[in-house]
Order: sequence, then structure tokens, then C-alpha cells
Amino acid sequence: MFNNINIALVPLLPLASSILLGLFGRKYIKNAAGIIGTAALLVSAVLSAYIAYEYFFVAGKIDNVYQPIIAMQYNWLQFTPSLSINLGIIIDPISVMMMVVVTFVSLMVHVFSLGYMKGEERYATYYAYLSLFTFSMLGLVISTNIFQTYMFWELVGVSSYLLIGYYFQKPSAVSAAKKAFIVTRFADLGFLIGILILAFHAETLDFQTLIQRLTDANSTQFASSASSTFLGVSALTWGLTLVFMGGAGKSAMFPLHVWLPDAMEGPTPVSALIHAATMVVAGVYLVARLFPIFSFDGAALTVVTYVGAFSALFAAIIACTQTDIKRVLAYSTMSQIGFMMFALGVSGYGGENGLGYMAAMFHLFTHAFFKSLLFLGAGAVIHLVHSNDMNDMGGLRKLMPITHISFLIACFAIAGIPPFAGFFSKEEILLSAFHANTLVYGVALLTSGLTAFYMFRLYFSIFWQKDTEVHDSHGEGPWAMKLPLIILGALALLAGFVPFSSLVTADGMPLETHIDIAFSAAPVLLAAAGILLAMRLYKKANETPAKIALALGGLYHAAYRKFYIDEVYAFVTKKIIFNLIGRPAAWFDKHIVDGLMNAMASVTAAFAGLIKGLQSGKVQQYALYFFGGIVTLTILIIYWW
Amino acid sequence: MSEIPLTHILFVSTALFFIGMYGLFTRRNMITMLMAVELMLNSVNINFVAFNKYLFPENLDGVFFTIFIITIAAAEAAVAIAIIINLYRSHHSIDVEDATEMKW
Repeated sequence: MFNNINIALVPLLPLASSILLGLFGRKYIKNAAGIIGTAALLVSAVLSAYIAYEYFFVAGKIDNVYQPIIAMQYNWLQFTPSLSINLGIIIDPISVMMMVVVTFVSLMVHVFSLGYMKGEERYATYYAYLSLFTFSMLGLVISTNIFQTYMFWELVGVSSYLLIGYYFQKPSAVSAAKKAFIVTRFADLGFLIGILILAFHAETLDFQTLIQRLTDANSTQFASSASSTFLGVSALTWGLTLVFMGGAGKSAMFPLHVWLPDAMEGPTPVSALIHAATMVVAGVYLVARLFPIFSFDGAALTVVTYVGAFSALFAAIIACTQTDIKRVLAYSTMSQIGFMMFALGVSGYGGENGLGYMAAMFHLFTHAFFKSLLFLGAGAVIHLVHSNDMNDMGGLRKLMPITHISFLIACFAIAGIPPFAGFFSKEEILLSAFHANTLVYGVALLTSGLTAFYMFRLYFSIFWQKDTEVHDSHGEGPWAMKLPLIILGALALLAGFVPFSSLVTADGMPLETHIDIAFSAAPVLLAAAGILLAMRLYKKANETPAKIALALGGLYHAAYRKFYIDEVYAFVTKKIIFNLIGRPAAWFDKHIVDGLMNAMASVTAAFAGLIKGLQSGKVQQYALYFFGGIVTLTILIIYWW
Repeated sequence: MSEIPLTHILFVSTALFFIGMYGLFTRRNMITMLMAVELMLNSVNINFVAFNKYLFPENLDGVFFTIFIITIAAAEAAVAIAIIINLYRSHHSIDVEDATEMKW
């Protein structure tokens, strides 16, 4: 059976290295910090791979169904006999899968950073933050309790904040970090209220009990949550929708996506880890974790579907116009997470209906590899060119062959070209959407065409088009940077062949899937068309893209300005909230609250002014008061008694 | 010749006390104020001696107290004069009204 210490070590090792590097890194450890952090994570990754092997192939299956295992349960806060907050470790298909993804991608990023961040002044601090993030993310995925999830959720947000603001000398990085923190914090407010609603009705915070009570139509808890309504919507739907709001904030779903593109101010390996592969899929993971309840409540699931589908298309359109390569990747991340979200949204719970769930998890898995590869590749390019703007790049295929090949593999993977990893997962998503909802299927098909187009626009702009003068002589970078690219490139090529459908499903039972060539033809052809179009437009520098942009006019401009969402937020916060709530509140504070305090102070001062004459400093006056007092007392004592 | 009654002596001491008090309240010169305080102390001494003699002639408690007070008055005079000298050094004056900022 499982050795529980091994499982606990997976998150605890990064925590230990984070504390060690955070406390002693800058002064004593310095350049060894990278090796220490990487070594701790290597052990973590090996352990989690071992756990995954144990779970999936040895011990996890009972009667052909993968059973969740509570590997550790510690009663932390006991409120009432029935309600407590526990800290624990749950081992089930999705948590094991996430554990492997997080430790593996984090390991790759640690290794890559050995080269990329070399010579940085706050090198040890960087590794401390990176390890802290890894710990928080692992804690999040193994939570047994929704409140434990929430705590790690916030920890993840904090480490993301720290890492985005790593270059705190740059004002743009500071404001991006604040923006990310505030936007996700705002979303987490919804998450917290959602938790409270669900916990209030289900009378528990434990995931398994929560799911069991709220999916049983005969239980009193279900009756109470389904019957109490607010604005005509049941408490269950409200709770789930608000929990999804938290997930949408972390996963950068429309309209809470505004922080993600700005978060690219952080160091590029950080973007690869946090803002591509792990943290941003926390929302998907959360919905998957609560999926049995979601699948019981059609309304909340519909919200998930349409938010996901809209975000996917919306982000893909913006990605076609951006010139900052990291921003293109950020929007493509948002678009791919949209895919995962609507795949969950169109999914049912058991058997064949659970295809969407499986597909979302599968896409999460493959996406983690090829998207972190894309970001690391972009990092290598930025390392060489010292610019984020694709206009400053071109012709780099000769200078950086390994980056070029791995980037190309990742582009094929995300475009969904067989036999690369993205093809398999995207096929499942499209298939599940096709069976459930034609509109969503259409959006998904269009988006996957667009995905191929903008990814290859990026690819050709970086590696082909014109020739760039590169002044640096350090070439492609050290092996620490090339090795993760090669490993991830191999995975982006092969991850699709993992028999995922028999491992991770909604109900734990293996699912039969097959690739239907007739069905696959449409998306693959569309993707190929997108690639050819991008090749025609961007392989050699020419005037056509500018002409097309001009012809599209307002539409292009709107997409280039990200559909003015940032401006809308600025308008809403600065003009409406600031004027209607901020200013009156400030006025109230200044005049009423402060006024009350000032009035009290001035009354005291006036009274003091009245009596301060008594203390003149004249000794004789004091003696006179003293004498007067004695006389008065004497008279009182003689005539009163 | 008949004995002097107690009331006469008490009258003298009371008069001395209030003369001293008047001096303390009205004089601004600190040396004079010190003298006024001495007057008040001596009026108390007279009281002690008188009561001792008239009420408990077999005891000497009042006389002892008087001797104590004279000793303490001497010490007090030394301290007061030291204060006055220091005040004069810093203020070039021994007028109490000039020392009102001492309240801070």
C-alpha cells in the first residue's frame, strides 16, 4: 500500500527548500541556491512519479474503479462536533495527475532558471519564491477540504504576486503584480462566499462528504440547498457559480482575465510555470474537483460552458493581433483554458457522458507540457534578443536550432496536428462539444483554426521572416536552458499517447475512446489552413498583413487594444466606483468620522484652556490654594460633623 | 506674681504663625519668604513647648519634637539657600515671579 510519508514529502520538500533559501539564501547560500532548489524538486518529482505509478498501476484500482484514498487527515480546527477544518492529503486520479504535472513542469522551470536567471542579484530569493509556489500548488491539489484548498489558493496567489513583481525596480512589474493580486483577490471573494454557501447547506467542508451530500437528491442537505432561493436561483447554483467565479479569476476567464497578459512582466520561466502550466489551471482543477456537484446542477454548468467558450474565442482573436510574444502566449493560454472549461461544461458525469471531463483533464495534462515549452522557448529567445517584441525578431532558426525545433513541435501540438500531444486532447474536447452543444462546437472549431493561425504567426515571425542582427555572442544559451526544451519537446510529441481515458475519468471507470478520422478531418484541415495562411502572410516580410489590418480597420484596432476591456475596467473603477462610492466614503471619513474625533479633541482643548490658568508657576499662588483648601476642610470638619 | 496662662502663649504663637503666612504670601523676595517660613516653624515650636509644659509637665516629648524641628529647619534653610543661589546664577534674580517657567 502507500507509504504516506512519501506522499507528504512531495509538498514538504519544496517548502523546506523555500524556507532555507528564503532565510539564508542571499547571505550564505547564494549561487548554490539554484542547485538546492532544483535538487529538492527533483526528489519531489521522482516521488510523485512513483506515487502515480503506485496509484495507477498497482494499488489504486479496486473493482476496476479508481478509488480516492485519504492518505493523511489531520483535524485542525474543530468548530462544532460536525463541522471542522481538516488538513489532509487526498490521492485520486486528478490529484495524482496534477501532482505529476506540477512537480515535473516545476522541475523543468527550475532547471531552465539555472541558466536563465544566472547572475541575477536576487537569485536565491527567486528560487525561494519558486519553491514556495510549488509547495502551495501541490498543497492545493492534494486538499481534502475545501477550506484547505482556499488557503493554498491564496498562498498560490501570494507567490504569483511575489514572482510577477520580481523585477520590482520596474514600475510596470509592480503594477502588474498588484493588478494580478487584486483581480484574483476580487474573484476569491466570490469563491469564499461560494464556500460559505455550500458549507452552510451541506454542513461540512470536507470534499467527499460535501459531494456525497449535495449529489444525493434525498438528503436533507440537498433539499435545503435546492429549496432556498435568492433572486429566483437556488442556493446550490449560487454557491457553485460563486466558486466558479473564484476559479475563473485564477484561470483568467472573461471578464476576470485582465491580469494575465500583464502578469507577463515576471521572469519568463515564472510565466511558464505559473501563468501557463499550473496556477492558471487551478480553476479548471477546482471545477473538476467539485464536478459531481456541478454535473448535478445544470445551470451552474451552463455558466461554466459559455464563459469557457466565449473566453476561448475572445482570447484567440486578441492573440492574432498582439506583437509582444509573451502576451500572445498569455492569450493563447487563456484560450486553451477556455477549452478545458467548456469541455467540463458540456460533460456529464458517468460513462460515455463523462468524455468532456476526461478531455478537459487530458488537455490540462498535454497543455502543461507544450505551453510551458512555448514559454521556455520564448524565454530562450528573449534571453538572446533582449526584447519581447516580435518586430525585433526574425530568422532566429539559424542561431538557435534546438529552440527552433522544440518551439515548432509545441506549435504543432497546440494547433492540434496529429500525432502531436495537443491533437489527441483537443479531439476529445471537440467530440464532447459536438455531442452536447452545436454552438459551442462551432466556436471551438473556429477557435482551433485561429489557434493554429496565431501560433504560426508567432513562429514565423520569430524564426523566419527577416534576419536579425544579434549582438550577443553567448548563442543559444547554456545546457541548463536547452535540456528542459528537449525534454519538454519530447513530451509535447509523445504525451498524447498516454492512455489517459483509462486513467483519469469523472467516475474512476476507464473510458473507451477512439480517434474517428471522419470527425478529425474538419479540425485538422482547419488547423492546416490556419498554418498555411500564417505561412503565406508571415514567412517572408511583406505588406499583406499590414494591408489586411488596414482593411479590417476598427475590428483590428479593437482586437489590438484587447477589446478595450482594460479601459472599461479603468472607467468602471475610476469613474463610477471612485466617484459614486470612493468619494462619498472619503467625504464621510473626512468630515463625519474625523470630524467626530476632531470635535472631541477641540472640546478637551477648550476645557484645558479654561483651567490651565490655575497652573501659573507662581509658588505663592500654589501655597494660597493649599491654604485655602485647608481652611475649607477645617470649616467643613468643624461645622459639618 | 501669677503664672502666665496658656492662652496668652497660644495667642503669641498664632500671631507669629499668621505673620509668617502673610509674609510668605506677599513677599516676592525668596530670602524673605524663607524667613517667613522660619517664623511659622517657630510658632509651632512655641506651641509644642507650651503644651508640654502646661499639660504634661512630667514628660519631655514636646521638647524633643521642638529640637527635631529646629534641626530640620536648619537643614531646610541650607537646602533653600542652595536653591536660591542656583536660581540667582541662572536667572540673575531671586524674585519668585521670575521663576514661573519652572512649571514646565
